[in-house]
Parts: sequence; structure tokens; C-alpha cells
Amino acid sequence: MNKLKQFKNIIITKPQKLDCGKEISNFSISYETYGTLNEKKDNAILVFHALTGDQFASGKNPITNKDGWWSYALGSGKAIDTEKFFVICANVIGGCMGSYGPSTIDEETGKPIGTNFPVITINDMVNAQYNLLEHFKIDKLFAVIGGSMGGMQVLQFVSNFPDKSRIAIPIACTSSHSAQNIAFNELGRQAILADTNWKNGLYEENKTSPDKGLAVARMAAHITYLSKKGLQEKFGRKLQERDDLKFSFDADFQIESYLRYQGSVFVDRFDANSYLYITRAMDYFDLSKQFNGNLSAAFSNTTSKFFVISFTSDWLYPTSENREIVIALNAIGADVGFVEIESDKGHDSFLLDVPDFLDTLGNYLKTNYKTLNEKRI
Amino acid sequence: MKKEFKVISELILQNSKVLDVGCGDGELMKFLKDNKTSKIRGLEISKNRVQNCLSKGLTVIEGNAENDLQQFPNNSFDFVILSQTLQAFLDPEKVISELLRVGKKAIVTIPNFGYWKVRLNLLIKGTMPVTENLPNEWYNTPNLHMCTLRDFFNFCSKREIKIFKSLALKNDKTLNLSAKNLAWRNLESQLGIFLIEK
Repeated sequence: MNKLKQFKNIIITKPQKLDCGKEISNFSISYETYGTLNEKKDNAILVFHALTGDQFASGKNPITNKDGWWSYALGSGKAIDTEKFFVICANVIGGCMGSYGPSTIDEETGKPIGTNFPVITINDMVNAQYNLLEHFKIDKLFAVIGGSMGGMQVLQFVSNFPDKSRIAIPIACTSSHSAQNIAFNELGRQAILADTNWKNGLYEENKTSPDKGLAVARMAAHITYLSKKGLQEKFGRKLQERDDLKFSFDADFQIESYLRYQGSVFVDRFDANSYLYITRAMDYFDLSKQFNGNLSAAFSNTTSKFFVISFTSDWLYPTSENREIVIALNAIGADVGFVEIESDKGHDSFLLDVPDFLDTLGNYLKTNYKTLNEKRI
Repeated sequence: MKKEFKVISELILQNSKVLDVGCGDGELMKFLKDNKTSKIRGLEISKNRVQNCLSKGLTVIEGNAENDLQQFPNNSFDFVILSQTLQAFLDPEKVISELLRVGKKAIVTIPNFGYWKVRLNLLIKGTMPVTENLPNEWYNTPNLHMCTLRDFFNFCSKREIKIFKSLALKNDKTLNLSAKNLAWRNLESQLGIFLIEK
């Protein structure tokens, strides 16, 4: 699984202390960039990906041969316009697309690190990615943007580096993983652990692969990304290439077939151990706990301007949880805008073609970039 | 721009912190931002309008004044503006007290139900008034708690709210408004503009 050579990456030589207490150094961060960094280096946007995303936010993903995960929002003339902005997107540590993760080959043993990989946090991910600013010699980002786990990274980033981004746009996220969020992640992890091919995480050297467990994890998670209404409208009780029920456990219904397909394509591109580690990082995320229960304190030094976005049909990270971020920011008089976008596409709305969302995001960036340029003149 | 907005902006001090409650498409916010202060925020209930405002570079939060003012700390703004929406709330009294908690001062404008055309409408036609300022029928009006300029004066004195400054608009003409000329202003003006303080 060591794809290091295929991907653009930087090696971080200086040691990084992780939340678990371990120290890592000489580790890899793989990344992609889109657009061009201007002379003043003030048009850079750092985009953070969600649980199963990667650095290929736009363009063709070389592994799946499909469009990047944020192709609707990111590209030439799109909301995050690569004609204007220089966009960096990195694979999180713990991931499986070239950044330091459980599938990285341990040089000493010649085998994947597997479950010897340390348990990481959102904070660790963000601190690792911060090295990219130094790499590109960017003093201050124009924006940090991300949805879902990407949004959590946005919040952690501005908390850790309060003057390193002009704008922060956390989308469809939360400042603290809820019991329900943890429950769904645990369901996914248990599906993987229950697969006999998982082999305590040493599946590569056993030449097996916990595909079934990982597929079930993906199927369960996928349901949480959609809304009941969206599912009902798309699938209802429609049957899959048959006229009647077959009185068996085959995929009679289209929704069953759809989920099985989602599970099967996912295992081709994602590592089971990465899934365990990244979901764990999300579960451990509780920004207010880092500040003794006062979420506002997480942002007390911030100079960033915030734009919080949620979606009406998102029940995984509902509007109420996004609003808590807004309330915490208002409590300290931060510059924060907020809108809940109408969509029946569930949590996945931020990844999909939701014109209201894309227009609002695009206009917000455009107007603020124009203001920055006017100030410069 | 609406005359009302011009009058409101004249009441606002340079570089003060302002919250526009029910900021609509951000017309007043934009004007204040360009002419008075960059420290301006908006609260608006309509998603489309919030999106419009954000697109214009205005900092606006989607929310309902009746529930969402509570997120702002005490005295976090120098001025809180409420333009012609007090009558649409379920609990105007609570909204006013929230405005005065969040803001050091509040600017409240009120469509005057004491305006002579409104009175005449009810007196002569015997139907609920429909005017340019209040264009809806009784069955589809969003206005739950209409009041007159005198009603608002009385309310302020009962609740011990100081009226710092009060003005009336008569066909876009600004008139001074006080307890002395209230009887007449309450008859001739369509709108009252009040700068109040706890």
C-alpha cells in the first residue's frame, strides 16, 4: 500500500509531539495544489478533507479515475475559483494516500506500521498540515475551508494559529463529536474488527484484506450522510432489476444494491486501519474541552473572519451544532456570518451540486477577495 | 435609499458597533458600512436574504430576533436597530428588553397605527386598515401587535425606558416628535423613529 512515490509530498523532518504523547519526525505529508500562488502570496486557501477524502479535491483522482471529491466547489470558475486562488489540499496524517499513516511502510521492519501507528487527533492532523505554510513560504492564508471532519480541522486550525488565516469557513461540522457521532463511528470500527481478515491490523502481511468489514462500515456511514427524504425520493421501495420480491437475502431493493456498490468501491480505495484511526480522531474531537468547557476561549485570539454553513437536512452534524460555533464566536464579538442552506441531500450536501451553497460560498470568497485587493491598492 | 434609513444612520455615531436586527437585503447595513462604521452585524430570518447579504460582504447571521438575540452578550453593541418589525413578533416586550440588553442604545422604528388614514379606514369603512405601509389584509398580515406612536410612548414610560430622541416621518419629511406635539404627530405621521435606552 505504500504509494508514496506516486504522490507529491513533503517530508517533515522536525519532530512533532502528538496528543497521545508520542513524538513523530521524518514523516510524509502528501498534497496537491490547484491554481497559482501570486507574488504577494496572499491568495492561498488551505482546504481540509473529510473522513474518507484525500488531497485530490479537484481534477481526476489517479486512484479512482473519478472526479476529485470537491469538484463541484473547487476549480476554474467554481466557488473556490482556481483562477484567483492557490488551493492546497493535503492528505491527513492517518490517511492512506501518501501521508504518514498505518499503511506507511516501517523502514525497520519493511512492513506496514498497522496498529503500531499512534492514535492521532484532529489537532495532530492540523499541526502536521501547518508545515505546508512554511513549505510554500506563505505567511498568512486567505482562507481555511472544510466540511465535516474538514470543518473540525478549520476550527482547530484557527484556534491553534489565530492569525494565520484571514477567513475561516467551517461547513456542516461540530465543535464536539456527539454521542450519536461516536456511536456510528464505533459501529463502523466494530464491523472492521469483526472481519476475520482484519488479523489485528496485520492484514497486509497476512495477504488478506478486511474488505467485508470495511464495506459494511462504509454502508452504515453512507446512510448517515443522506437524508430520509433524499433516500425515499431516490430509491423508495424500488426493486433492483426484478419484477417482484425474490424471497431471499439478495439485493431485492435498489437501496440495498446501491449501498453494496458504495461499500465495494470504497474498499478499493481506502485502507481499513486508516478508517479506524481517522474515525477515532473525530471521536476524540472536543474543542471546548481543550479550553475547559469554554468554546469561545478556543477563538479568543483569533483575527479571522468566520462563515459558518449548515444544511437543513443534515442530521449527522445538524444546524444546532453548527449554531453553537456561531454562538461561541458571537460571545467574543468575532466577525461571524452564518447561514443554513436548504437542501434535502443530507450531510453530503456540501459535496454535491447544491447551487445555493456553491453560489453563497463563491460570492463570499469573491467579495472578500475583492475587498482585500482594494485595501492593497 | 429609504428616508427612514437616512434618519436612522444620522442617529448612529462614527465607528460604533451596530447590530441590524431583521437586516433584510442589507441596504441599511451597506450604507452604514460605507459611511459610518465597519463594525456592523446583521441578523435576518430569511435564508435568501442572508445569502444576499453575505454575498455583498456583509456579516449576517441567519436567525430569529425572538430567539437568537440571546446569543449576544450584554452591551455588546453601541446601537441595535429594529426597523418596522416590532409589530410582527409574538412577544414585542421581550424583544425590546433583549434589544436593550444587547445594545447600549436601540433604534426602533414603528409604523404608526394612529395615522389618520388608518383611523379613517376603520371609522368609515368599518374594515381593518389596508394602507401603503400596511398592505396586507387582516387574515394574511404578519403584523400581530400594531401600535400607535402614543402607545409606544406609554409603553416606554411604563417600562422605564428612556426615549433619547424621537422623530416622526410624514410623507418622507422628518418632524420632531415629543410628548408636547404627540397628539398631532400621532395623527399625521406614518412612521415613528425612537432612540431608546434602558
